[in-house]
Amino acid sequence: MSFWKIAWRSIEQRALASSLTGLSMALGVALIILVLVIHNVFVGQLSNDAQGYDLIIGGGQGSRFEVVLSSVFHVGKPLVPFPYSFYKKFTDGGEFAPYVEAAVPICLGDSFQTDDGRQFRVVGTTPEYFTAIPYGIDDEGNEKQYKFRDGRNFRRENFYEAVLGSVAANRSGMQVGDRFNPTHGISAGDTKHDAYEVVGILESTGTSTDRAVFINMEGFYLGEGHAMPLPEGEQAPAEDDAAADDGPRPLPESQREVTSILVRSNPDLPTAAMYIEGKVTKGDDRVAQVVAPRPVVHQITSKFLDPVRLVLLVLTVLIVVVAGISVLVSIYNSMSERAHDIAVMRALGASRRAVMGVILVESILLSLLGAAAGILLGHAVLAIASPVVENYTGIAVRPWDFTWQELLLAPGLVAFASLVGLLPALTAYRTDVARTLGGAR
Amino acid sequence: MLSLSEVCKSYQEPDGSRLPILDVPELSVAAGEQVVLRGRSGCGKTTLLNCIAGLTSVDSGRIEIKGHDVVKLPEAARDRFRAKFIGFVFQTFNLLPAFSALENVLLGMTFTDQRADPQRAAELLKMVGLSHRLTHKPRALSVGEQQRVAVARALANKPVLLLADEPTANVDPAHQQQIIDLLRDACRQEGVAMLLVTHADEVANQFERIEYLEQVNRAAGVA
Repeated sequence: MSFWKIAWRSIEQRALASSLTGLSMALGVALIILVLVIHNVFVGQLSNDAQGYDLIIGGGQGSRFEVVLSSVFHVGKPLVPFPYSFYKKFTDGGEFAPYVEAAVPICLGDSFQTDDGRQFRVVGTTPEYFTAIPYGIDDEGNEKQYKFRDGRNFRRENFYEAVLGSVAANRSGMQVGDRFNPTHGISAGDTKHDAYEVVGILESTGTSTDRAVFINMEGFYLGEGHAMPLPEGEQAPAEDDAAADDGPRPLPESQREVTSILVRSNPDLPTAAMYIEGKVTKGDDRVAQVVAPRPVVHQITSKFLDPVRLVLLVLTVLIVVVAGISVLVSIYNSMSERAHDIAVMRALGASRRAVMGVILVESILLSLLGAAAGILLGHAVLAIASPVVENYTGIAVRPWDFTWQELLLAPGLVAFASLVGLLPALTAYRTDVARTLGGAR
Repeated sequence: MLSLSEVCKSYQEPDGSRLPILDVPELSVAAGEQVVLRGRSGCGKTTLLNCIAGLTSVDSGRIEIKGHDVVKLPEAARDRFRAKFIGFVFQTFNLLPAFSALENVLLGMTFTDQRADPQRAAELLKMVGLSHRLTHKPRALSVGEQQRVAVARALANKPVLLLADEPTANVDPAHQQQIIDLLRDACRQEGVAMLLVTHADEVANQFERIEYLEQVNRAAGVA
């Protein structure tokens, strides 16, 4: 009969105590799984967010982090914008046009608050945001293009059309055909702009796009407080000219500003990105700066997320240590009632090392069973939570994705269980057979 | 087969003095022989069995089993020797409650160099009349059945010597004779020598050779 079977019988014998001990171990391990998987999902999502374009042209005053946080993740305060004329350098006939495959402008600074206080960032952009730039790369290395769950992309000529990210749609409850008024600025009390009609809702992308509301940039420019003062000597268009048209007149380019440009450099020119960076960032006026988003995202994860993960892992490892101590206490407390069984085994020929081994195996078995249950529990929790998480954050959690760190749990726990099993095992080692079986004389 | 010479064992008293428990100048049991050891309570019967089994160390003397001096063996070797050559039947059966009857017998085979043999374990249980109780846990067995499992376990490794410490003390009179018959028949069948400790006349009187501990153990009067 193997030591494993002897240990298992002992665990069976104390089913309730063993179950509770195993449960505490399972909870600890499940927490470790959750931390590992969620961290990996977040890092993956952050990396996804920076796919599809290789440069961001942002305002010249501000850090690279601010450019990435506001332009990629739609968080934080937008940087000071640059003139539209600078953006024109990236469009047809512009200085940088040969080096660019796609350049999509975005205008930030507005938000949309629902009646129950939920807030979404509003991004003014062009329809090319959803057609010229992919949002990530699938498992086979293909670029993923935006798809519409409902409706369609907004049209350039329809100034007051909007597209919602999937999470923004889910959480705001808005549907295609609904109308809303963005707020100037990012606080609820600011001025309301004219109403936009929702014409499309995107499928979930697992990126920050899911959490944003996109409006036609032409409409954005017409919002109160978005127009720059006219340059000296330039005349505003006459009101009666506008009245002759059916729709609103676009804002003159001289009054426009752009917060940032997402640039997909020309793949046929390997040095395109370097050229643009050299020209823009090192220019004399430094109107704007060029940021390669992926290294910045990597820095964000290594500087901010990795330390958080470390702290969480330390906490969860402490929980596992406490669970391990409960294994120790459980087995140790049972030693007095099991001294008789151990003495019988010794009388049957078991060496001191053998009975010590049986106790160590029991500790290891209890810990491994708890760990196996914990791994299943952790992933099951993720499976249950993933639809809710995706609905609220747009982050797609694949609950049955295992991380390589989980492989370290088994040998780690065997070592740990051996350590905590050592004290009761030594008690077994020291059992006085004659005295325990009675009749020492 | 079993030979004791000048075996002494004492325990330390709280005041530091030594209390002699065993002082056995000579005792031997031949291969296959069945010997009863009688003695009043507290005269060192169980200590003597524990010393022979190597569970308790002696102060001095020789205990030879099959030509090996158990006293001189290191503890680990003594454990292996005990597992291989000595069977033990206890007064209180000492079956492990978490294990079935079959597993209790298999447990007796676990600590030898050889693999546990479920077929032999089942045959032994059949020999003691428990072929229908293989998977029953001790709590589901009667007292008599538990002692029969203990006998099967003691014989599991084909020992050369079976030590039985008051094997009928906890068995009702109706089953006492069954246990004694079983032990004697099984030892005969397996060719095992037996040293049985009892204080019951009706048990002792069935054996051809009876040794009185008060005569064998010079320290019996002291203890």
